Amino acid sequence: MKPETNAPVLLRGRDITRRWGGLVAVDRVSIELTRGSVHAVIGTNGAGKSTLINILSGEIPPSGGSVELLGQDVTRWAQPRRARAGLGRSYQRNTIYPSFTVFENCRLAAQARAQKPWRWWSDAQRCEASTAAARDAAARAGLDELLERPAGLLSHGQKRQLEIAMCLATAPEVLLLDEPLAGMGAEETERMLALLDQLRADHAILLVEHDMDAVFRIADRITVMVNGSVIASDVPAAIRTHPQVLTAYLGDH
Amino acid sequence: MTMNTIDRSKAAFVAACFAALALLPWLAGSYGVDLVTKIMVYAVFALSLELLVGATGLVCFGQAAFFGIGAYAAVLLSPASEAASLLWLLPACIVAAALYALAVGALSLRTKGVYFIMVTLAFAQMAYYVVHDTPLGGGTDGIYLTMKPVLGTWLDLDGALSLYYLTLVCLVAVFAFLAVLLRSRFGRALAGIRVNEQRMRATGFSTYPYKLAAFTLSGGIAGLAGFLFAVKDGFVNPELMSWHLSGAVLIMIILGGLGHLRGALIGAFAFALLQEFFKSEAIFGAFARHWHLGLGLTIIASVALLPRGLVGLPGQWRERLVGRSRPVAVGTEALNEA
Amino acid sequence: MDLATFLIQCLNSLQYGLLLFLVASGLTLIFGIMGVINLAHGSFYMIGAYMAFALAPVVATTFGGGFFAVLLVGTVLAVLLGYVLEWAFFSFLYEREHLQQVLMTYGLILVFEELRSLLVGDDVHGVQPPDILAGTLPLGELMTYPVYRLFVSGVCLALALGMWFVFTRTRLGMMIRAGSANREMVQSLGIDIQFLYRVVFAAGVAIAVLAGMVAAPVSSVYPGMGSTVLIICFVVVVIGGIGSIRGALLAALLIGAVDTFGKVLVPQAAGVLVYVLMALILLWKPDGLFKAG
Repeated sequence: MKPETNAPVLLRGRDITRRWGGLVAVDRVSIELTRGSVHAVIGTNGAGKSTLINILSGEIPPSGGSVELLGQDVTRWAQPRRARAGLGRSYQRNTIYPSFTVFENCRLAAQARAQKPWRWWSDAQRCEASTAAARDAAARAGLDELLERPAGLLSHGQKRQLEIAMCLATAPEVLLLDEPLAGMGAEETERMLALLDQLRADHAILLVEHDMDAVFRIADRITVMVNGSVIASDVPAAIRTHPQVLTAYLGDH
Repeated sequence: MTMNTIDRSKAAFVAACFAALALLPWLAGSYGVDLVTKIMVYAVFALSLELLVGATGLVCFGQAAFFGIGAYAAVLLSPASEAASLLWLLPACIVAAALYALAVGALSLRTKGVYFIMVTLAFAQMAYYVVHDTPLGGGTDGIYLTMKPVLGTWLDLDGALSLYYLTLVCLVAVFAFLAVLLRSRFGRALAGIRVNEQRMRATGFSTYPYKLAAFTLSGGIAGLAGFLFAVKDGFVNPELMSWHLSGAVLIMIILGGLGHLRGALIGAFAFALLQEFFKSEAIFGAFARHWHLGLGLTIIASVALLPRGLVGLPGQWRERLVGRSRPVAVGTEALNEA
Repeated sequence: MDLATFLIQCLNSLQYGLLLFLVASGLTLIFGIMGVINLAHGSFYMIGAYMAFALAPVVATTFGGGFFAVLLVGTVLAVLLGYVLEWAFFSFLYEREHLQQVLMTYGLILVFEELRSLLVGDDVHGVQPPDILAGTLPLGELMTYPVYRLFVSGVCLALALGMWFVFTRTRLGMMIRAGSANREMVQSLGIDIQFLYRVVFAAGVAIAVLAGMVAAPVSSVYPGMGSTVLIICFVVVVIGGIGSIRGALLAALLIGAVDTFGKVLVPQAAGVLVYVLMALILLWKPDGLFKAG
């Protein structure tokens, strides 16, 4: 692997392996996320991308290998603890709260940083920390006009934006984004890519995506996975001409 | 939020209910006072389950255990020769129930979905068998409360009227407490867990402690209801922990309407009135013996036809009249998968 | 406890365990395949037992048959009951949330209990085993063991093996398993999923009813028997593990042993022991003994 830039490594996965019975879903995958870069992971269906992102976020424990977040070994940490330490995650299928307003979605997410559950008498809407962070996150995701709308009534693209906004509400340092562009039209995709571009400067972003055009436009680094293993990890230009990648994944494109 | 007009009418409704309850003893006879005291105890019981099922989404089929423990504690902890003081007996019963809830919750909350329902039912049966089979609980005969607790020299719970007002005060206190709790950060976290626990975890909430806290609190409130019941009847028996009671309180909150505190109030009243109706020999004659039949059919019908419970009835009618979809109000259960 | 008594209690444990396994299988079958949690499953067991009692004179006068004729008639009636119930009631439950299923089937329990009360009354009854099976087998020098209990174990085992065979070796079983995994796919293949579900449900009911009929001479016939067996079946499912038949068998046998030996060694705590067992297992393995697979 070529050495990274001098930017700090915020998330490091080392030799991550995951076995389900006899099947090896992820085979000794190493990956690094640095601040100020978008690192895309691509691969065919069943390549292990979802499993990898689940291991990095803490939803599944690895069978082998380690995960380091901001210099700490978090391999044994459960997902909520990693989230509180600065790891944000968005999902392929919307995990927004449909019956709450857009604002409440963001506020509840922001509350994770200011929980204080013992203050049973204090109205949540008056919690300055979470309301301010919520407004801020919604604005960054372009949803400030829609704060009072019930989230279930948003368009698909807006829901994906909300999914990102909820991530941002917790002020994470690392973002793990699972197919944020899924099901989006051209205009919505442009908006999302612009947002990711803005976020790039302050965060380390992992992007799992199927939209190849988007990936090659936005990614600073691309890792290609096939059948659980990494077959290539390099800058986009190099990936485009990488012989193994061409045969295994891009086909005759 | 644009909820203020709706909030105000809900609050007015609840206030009116409590005012009516405060005035009732002047209008009703002793039978009415006795019945309404029982209904208010059920309402406290139902509120405890509403916290678990309606607010947090944890369907517990063993709530009767905590109710029963509160009741048995009231009797077992009262000294035989003198009246106990309300000041320590009431909290003691709440704590006793809450402790069992803590233990059961710690084990049950590791399971999910249908299994959680089964496990909570099983743990309630365990408590039932302890009082039914062992001498601890006086067996099937039950135990009598020889002297009802007092509050210094002011309050003597032997009188039906003082018991009525004590129960009303407890009901209002529990309602107010839960209303405030559900608006707090803790309450909002429970709501998030109900709607999408995975997202809560991904955001940074450790959900198990929240659920355990809700479960324990709910158990304590059920224990309070049990305490009031024991003091009212002066007698406890294992049937207070029967799973049929767990089923009954679940039906109360569904009938009333899940997700709304006033649903628990309405449901308790509706259920108690239904019971009285089906048990009434004046209406059903000798068939009143088989009142479970009418109750069972009503349960099936109400779950099938009243998806939002009685609370949702005005909304259902409105939708029928208007024809079809108006934008659905925030906070209803109508919106599901995003 | 001497060896002969120990052996007797072991056989009793086995019999009770296998009976529980049979009833629990019907419950998990319906839940696993149609996603419906049916609280009224215990009521079918109760119906079976009361049928064994109530049908005996009827069958004797009409067909002149004995116990086995009653079993046959009862099973046929159970299949019909299951078929009609699925069509009239349970088919509406598939799409509903678990909470609604729990409550509607709970309402059904109340209805069944009262109907039984109206038709047959609330008394406790005994049922005689048929003469062929009423004897005893010698165990050691001093003790004997009732043949009928061995018969019960045998029937349960045979039914369990029969179910396993149908599921894993027949086309019907294959369709059922496919249908539980992917309903739309099976429908698009031209298989009538509604009919399939009806068959599965009727089978589940018949199993519970048959278990009740067969158990009647051993456990006697009383009003609360449905609820009792239902809740124990829940414990079987919880201990055994999510979706695991192997787990259910092991759990049922374990519970059979704990309950039987418990009644002999610590009679006062016997009722509680099963739940203590469940608590201990949950402490050690929150997902039950086995996970599905």
